[in-house]
Amino acid sequence: MPRWSGRLEKVDDFRWRIPKSYKSGMRVDGLIFASQKVLDSVLEEQASEQVANVAFLPGIVGHSLAMPDIHWGYGFPIGGVAAMRVSDGVVSPGGVGFDINCGVRLLRTNLQEVEVRPVIKELMDALYRDVPSGLGLEGKIRLRHGEIDEVLVRGSRWAVEKGYGRREDLETTEDRGEMSGVDPDHVGRKAKERGVPQLGTLGSGNHFLEVAVVDQIHDKTIAGDMGINRLGQVMLLVHCGSRGLGHQVAGDYIAVMVNSMRKYNIELPDRQLACAPLGSQEGQAYLAAMRGAANYAWANRQCIAHWVRETFCKVMGKSEEDAGLELIYDVAHNIAKIEEHEVDGERAKLCVHRKGATRAFPAGHPEVPRKYARIGQPVFVPGDMGRFSYVLVGTEQAMKESFGSTCHGAGRVKSRAASKRMLRGEEVLKDLESRDITIRAGSLKSLAEEAPHAYKDVSEVVSVAHNAGISQVVARTRPIGVIKG
Amino acid sequence: MRRFELIEHTADIGLVAYGNNLAEAFANAAYGLFSIIAEIDNVREVESREVEVSAEDVDGLLFDWINHLIYAFDVEHLLFRRFDIFDFAETDLKATCRGEKYDPSWHQLKTGVKSATYHMLEVDAEKSRVQLIFDV
Repeated sequence: MPRWSGRLEKVDDFRWRIPKSYKSGMRVDGLIFASQKVLDSVLEEQASEQVANVAFLPGIVGHSLAMPDIHWGYGFPIGGVAAMRVSDGVVSPGGVGFDINCGVRLLRTNLQEVEVRPVIKELMDALYRDVPSGLGLEGKIRLRHGEIDEVLVRGSRWAVEKGYGRREDLETTEDRGEMSGVDPDHVGRKAKERGVPQLGTLGSGNHFLEVAVVDQIHDKTIAGDMGINRLGQVMLLVHCGSRGLGHQVAGDYIAVMVNSMRKYNIELPDRQLACAPLGSQEGQAYLAAMRGAANYAWANRQCIAHWVRETFCKVMGKSEEDAGLELIYDVAHNIAKIEEHEVDGERAKLCVHRKGATRAFPAGHPEVPRKYARIGQPVFVPGDMGRFSYVLVGTEQAMKESFGSTCHGAGRVKSRAASKRMLRGEEVLKDLESRDITIRAGSLKSLAEEAPHAYKDVSEVVSVAHNAGISQVVARTRPIGVIKG
Repeated sequence: MRRFELIEHTADIGLVAYGNNLAEAFANAAYGLFSIIAEIDNVREVESREVEVSAEDVDGLLFDWINHLIYAFDVEHLLFRRFDIFDFAETDLKATCRGEKYDPSWHQLKTGVKSATYHMLEVDAEKSRVQLIFDV
């Protein structure tokens, strides 16, 4: 793959600008948050060109942004953030991605590593058995005819009312796990057919379930407010999305918008950026469907977290109360939302696309749960299987600079094929087990594809987000057990 | 003649498929898709499905054709290995797809494919060659 040789200007140690003069048609500058080290790997591929391409989208304000975990996607880069004016801007399904509301939730426990270590193998076997994962698998939830529409409209609340988890979980879920403005009739038949059997499944690819322990605490007060109290404390992390339902919604609407672009006289350098005016029938229909898929994903994570709690308590021989299993927070990292932000000194209603980027609202923001009003919204940045994950909080700086957004993960540096060529699944497994990480995976092949060396160092990515000020590091965890689909 | 070749992409995977005509290239793209999803050599031809796809242009036809097959796998767990495309026009195709239902004791799945994308999607009618990137 050719190295990117476009125009890039250094703003400071953590910011790089692609001036809009780089390509005729760019409406705003591009801005990449990166250190020199991160930038070196970013320039190995064409992700920066994609940042420039996003700047073509009508109604875009501020910058076409890339978070420090930026890597080459299709259409938008992964790690891309773009905000369009509601009045005259567009919505782009490619700016959300196929896995609508892929996201992460983190649960705390009262237990310490020393208590879990002796039974870790048993725990991972039980979690692997109780949480459906992998390819070609159906879940164990049976929906009544037409009940999928309730899942689409009510998201996590549907799950809680069915007995999956607790009412308090809704307080600590982005949008309470229930975005408004859903019209289930805009979610197609095929999407629902895919969604019905897959509700309550982890899926495959980079999705996972992790038992982790707190490894560093950077800010005791903020961590304490989240219930992160001690080194060695055990945490449970769930990463998954809207499964086939979301993939189908995204594909259906990309096809719709590729065709409607002629009607709206929109020309773009990559059709995967296909979009429609926010006020158009196509734009509104997509948003109404996307929100339904987002709610499906929240219901999915809510059900999975419920089984994780049950299984954890059973294996540890504790009640939920004694185990202290509380949901710290649940964040989306593939989503488009209508939000108010300041643009050129004035409040404006924007459609913020976050594709592989996490909302990072500051303390006091009305969207942040009361519980976290003084610390800001929790953000989780999982790394690869062998390294760390981070807990951060949103900041005022993020509101000023990145429409309240920060990074979402480590970011791939090697293709799946290249990753497999370097190490076989057996070797990856052996390496992880030698580091005392217990792995349960659907296939050794997927393990090789998701091996630690396929990813950037998450610590470097997070330090850029922290030093640039678009989020603040609170704590770090390391895995002791991982389930890969 | 080669039926298809894989293209590497950092986060995802793609392919270029060939044929003596465009219909064959579409069939080989579908074969390539299922060889990404599963070990295709031990998929037998025991079930068949008639598939009809239509779109506004030939690029859309490729996108919808591939996405329809991904949907069929997701919903019916069908692994296909033979695609007889007839009635191929720029905006419509009909095909008979043959394969079998996924059986975990017999088949080995490899990679979950979420969707086709429009990124780098190309249909070259003159060279009977198609290219596309999947989101995996």
